[in-house]
Amino acid sequence: MIFPRALARAALLASVLAVLLAGLVPASRAEAFDYRLKPQAVADGVYVLTGLMQDFSRSNGGNIVNTGFIVGDSGVVVIDSGPSRRYGEQLRKAIASVTALPVVLVINTHHHPDHFLGNQAFGAHTLAALAPTRQGIESEGEAFNANMYRLNGDWMRDTEVTPPTRSLAPGVIEAGGRSLELIALTGHTGADLAVFDRRTGTLFAGDLVFHKRTPTTPHADIARWQASLDTLAAVPFKVLVPGHGPVARDAAPIAQTRAWLAWLDRTLRESAAGGLDMTEVLALPLPAVFARLAVVNDEYPRSVSHLYPAVEQAVLEER
Amino acid sequence: MRIATTIAVAALASLLAGPAAAADADDGATMRQPSDPLGSVRWDDMRHEFFGDAPVSFDARVRVSAPHTAENPLDVPVHVDATALAGVEEVVVFADFNPIVKVLAFRPGQARASLGFRIKLQQSSPVRAAVRTADGQWHVGGVWVTATGGGCTLPSTGSGSPEWQSRLNEVSARLFPRIDGGERVRLRIIHPMDTGLAPGIPDFHIEELTLADIAGAELVRIATFEPVAENPVFTVDLPPRAAPGPIHVSGRDNNGNRIDAEVAR
Repeated sequence: MIFPRALARAALLASVLAVLLAGLVPASRAEAFDYRLKPQAVADGVYVLTGLMQDFSRSNGGNIVNTGFIVGDSGVVVIDSGPSRRYGEQLRKAIASVTALPVVLVINTHHHPDHFLGNQAFGAHTLAALAPTRQGIESEGEAFNANMYRLNGDWMRDTEVTPPTRSLAPGVIEAGGRSLELIALTGHTGADLAVFDRRTGTLFAGDLVFHKRTPTTPHADIARWQASLDTLAAVPFKVLVPGHGPVARDAAPIAQTRAWLAWLDRTLRESAAGGLDMTEVLALPLPAVFARLAVVNDEYPRSVSHLYPAVEQAVLEER
Repeated sequence: MRIATTIAVAALASLLAGPAAAADADDGATMRQPSDPLGSVRWDDMRHEFFGDAPVSFDARVRVSAPHTAENPLDVPVHVDATALAGVEEVVVFADFNPIVKVLAFRPGQARASLGFRIKLQQSSPVRAAVRTADGQWHVGGVWVTATGGGCTLPSTGSGSPEWQSRLNEVSARLFPRIDGGERVRLRIIHPMDTGLAPGIPDFHIEELTLADIAGAELVRIATFEPVAENPVFTVDLPPRAAPGPIHVSGRDNNGNRIDAEVAR
């Protein structure tokens, strides 16, 4: 055996450590399935539970999303219910640690799975969304849920699609003794609801706004999304809660989302006009300005897959 | 100490090396054949099926580009570039773990020995291109693509929509100038490319596609199989002055429907 003894010792130590790290750390977290939800007060009676800036995984259980709740004078309004039944149940406990008031309304801002799969933990009569969001959850929810089990593993146990029972319309509603302005928009999906708490000036932007994390685009229409960002930028908010990434007190997350979408759109159009094959578009270098966005190297190829075929088709069909 | 050292080496080797190197070490039967750099258990089957006793080598000059992860398993972009090899006669593309393994084959005529296209993947698989050169040698390149599944057993969009059927075999194409003075042809054909593996939907796919110049000289001839994606898009590169005048696109599907279009300048 021509293997230096010191190196052998180091190798043995490394392999032992690797086994310990690989085996024990995720196991102890996974056994508890504890999302460690800590409500963060961002304004008077307004709380946010900030998700990790990652992709869905067996280590984070799908907790990559921001959810929130508003404690009114007579009840609690929840904005998005999280990625799983366990998340929904732990969100309920987190709310109960802040207030004894009942949850009177649970809003799903759009039909993506991390925003509605916690619905099961709440009363069916409290679940509400825009009508197209309800339809999206009814038609695509099961496929989303199956995919979430695949990605997040046992964190998803017993999670079932529980669609909202009430349709929301844009305008001002009174809920839990609080006046909320519902702003119906599109672009991230076919129906995106932003919620503005008038008393504190807190704007829950849903996934129309990403902050320090690359936007996701499986159902995106970039032109509509940009128009919706114009609408949100005109809202006189003091606190901005993005769908993913840290809470802000300025419009920087809107500008960041807008810049990414503009670059993505321009890049895909120029690529198609130049006759690039999709594999060549995937290989394009990303501008340094976006290098610090979380998961950019995962989301960019996904966005190319989502959006390039239509852009390319338009170029090929031009006459 | 000797035992501890051996264990440590073995542990470290398995930590660092992964399946490909492990196969190298313990598979004595591969002495005469090079072992698969992609470490696929299907490789020996693939070799028998596609090459028989012909000489095969893994060759970095065969470049296969595809995303690491197939975001949409119904539409996975793949580009094969064998232009670093001289005397390319035929290129065969296959995916070891697809229920229908063979994706397409092409013979470059006047065109360069490269092709961009889209495929359906049923599950994670190597996607490989095997290039036969004039000396009879097969040169193989490939990449692993991770896929979530279902690409080949799902119904096509077209199978559920009469509107798509009315545009069957419609070709949209454009020519793009290349920096080397050559040209690129990109074309899209409307076709459901049904695999026959979705319940109640029969196999319905394009089998032949040929690009030719105005004099009838072949630029490239492509044999397509079921795993080629619905409404397939192809990218073909031509060297300078390969095809003056319009390019003729012809072909047929397995129901005898013809493809017949002209790409004007």
